[in-house]
Amino acid sequence: MAAFEIGQAVKVRAEHPLRPQPIHIRTPWYLRGKHGVVERRFGEFHNPEHLAVGQYDTPEVTLYWVRFTMDELWAGEGSYGSNDSLIVEIYEHWLVSQF
Amino acid sequence: MEEEADMAERGVHDMGGEAGGPVDNHEHVPTLSERRVDALMQLMRANPRSYWVVDEMRRTIESLTPEHYNAAGYYEKWAYALRGLLIEKGVVTEAEIDAKLAEVKSRVAEQSEKC
Repeated sequence: MAAFEIGQAVKVRAEHPLRPQPIHIRTPWYLRGKHGVVERRFGEFHNPEHLAVGQYDTPEVTLYWVRFTMDELWAGEGSYGSNDSLIVEIYEHWLVSQF
Repeated sequence: MEEEADMAERGVHDMGGEAGGPVDNHEHVPTLSERRVDALMQLMRANPRSYWVVDEMRRTIESLTPEHYNAAGYYEKWAYALRGLLIEKGVVTEAEIDAKLAEVKSRVAEQSEKC
């Protein structure tokens, strides 16, 4: 069911749905377009973007932990330690596979 | 291209990675009005008659104009969300809220005249 495996390289979709219509997106702006690695798979949950507009019964989506290096997030160009990273919860529909 | 999109579409709340200025870490005792807002929010979301889910509350808060969002405190944002969702879900009408607000304002004005 889940599209991504643990350890798989992924990219966060560089999408920016239009405001100001009422939306609620849990994928932070600063992560969009960034590359990371799948750390863990949590399971299936309702899509918060649908719940936010009162749609409670749409199909569930997989929620992942994705690890990003600080260098990737903040254009550190090697200035951060190689273990400096950030783990963020991201829903499957915001991720694409990177080979 | 993406830089232009950033300016137009980033929500005011979505500030991760931006310079946010100093953070006030002082503890404070919640005021009576803050506790009332909290209680009302819990009641509206309590089973079995939960009127909305947390994502709907966040959507209303994140849809505030930047001016409203930046000027409002934590529980003021909750109060805006309560107002919007109570109306949206048909629990009360905007006219009912406005009538009650007018009643309370005139009562407060009368009391302060007596002082």
